Amino acid sequence: MSQSYNRGLIEDFGRWKEFSAGMWAWIFHKFTGWVLIGYLFTHIAVLSTSIGGAQGETTMVDGEAVNVYTATLQGLEGLFLVRLLEIGLLAVAVFHILNGLRLLMVDLGVGLEAQDKSFYASLVLTGAITVASVPTFLTGVSI
Amino acid sequence: MAERYSSFTPGGTGWFLQRVTAAFLVVVLAFHFFLLHFVNHAYEVTFLGTEARMQNIGYFLTMVLFLITAAFHGVNGVYNALVNQGLEGTQKKVVLAVLVIAGVALVAQGIYVALAMRGMI
Repeated sequence: MSQSYNRGLIEDFGRWKEFSAGMWAWIFHKFTGWVLIGYLFTHIAVLSTSIGGAQGETTMVDGEAVNVYTATLQGLEGLFLVRLLEIGLLAVAVFHILNGLRLLMVDLGVGLEAQDKSFYASLVLTGAITVASVPTFLTGVSI
Repeated sequence: MAERYSSFTPGGTGWFLQRVTAAFLVVVLAFHFFLLHFVNHAYEVTFLGTEARMQNIGYFLTMVLFLITAAFHGVNGVYNALVNQGLEGTQKKVVLAVLVIAGVALVAQGIYVALAMRGMI
C-alpha cells in the first residue's frame, strides 16, 4: 500500500456519499466548532449588558425599572425560540466535547481500532443527554 | 504517505496548544453548562446573582481563563478549517490577521465584562 494517489481537496463535500465514519466525525466536529465560536461572540455581546447593569442602568419591564442585565437575560430566556436554541447549543457542545475526547484518544493512539465505534457512541450519548436535558431547558416558558 | 493532510505545522506549538486548551475546555465547559442551567437556572439569572458568583476569586479567574482558552481554541480551529479548505499565500495571512484581531477583541471585551460583573468597573 505504498503507492501515492491524489485525494483532491480534503473537504470535497461533493463526495459525501463516500465518507466513512471518521470523515463524518471530522465534518461534525468542524460544524459544531463553527457554531460554538459563533455563539461565544454572541454570548459575550449579550453579557456586555452587565457593563450598564453594574452602573445601575435600568429598563422598564411591565411598568417596573429592572436592571438592564437582568432584564436582557430574563427577557431572552422568556422566549420559547431561545430555549429551543439552547437545547441545540447543548447538543452541539456535548457532541464537540465527546468527539473531542475521542480525538484526544486518537492522538494518543489509544483504541485506534475502535475509532468508528467511538464516533457512533458519541452520537448516541449526545442524543441521550440532549433528550434528558429537555425538561430542564423548557422549565418556566410557554410557547 | 506521499503527502501530508494536516493544517498544523509539524512539531508546531499550534497543534499542542489546541490539545491542551481542548483538555481544559472539556472540563470547564461541562462545569459552566451544568452550573448555569442545572444548578442555577438561566431564566433566574440576575445581575446581583452574577455579581455574587464573580466575588469568588477562583470562579472569576476560572471564567477569565475559560474565555481566553475558548477564544484561542475557537479562532485557531476556524483558521485550521480554512487552511483545510485550501487557503494559501496572501489570503492566508489576511485571514490570520483578521482572526487574531477578532480573538484579541473578544478576550478584551470579555475581560471588561468580567470586571464589570465583579464590581471592579
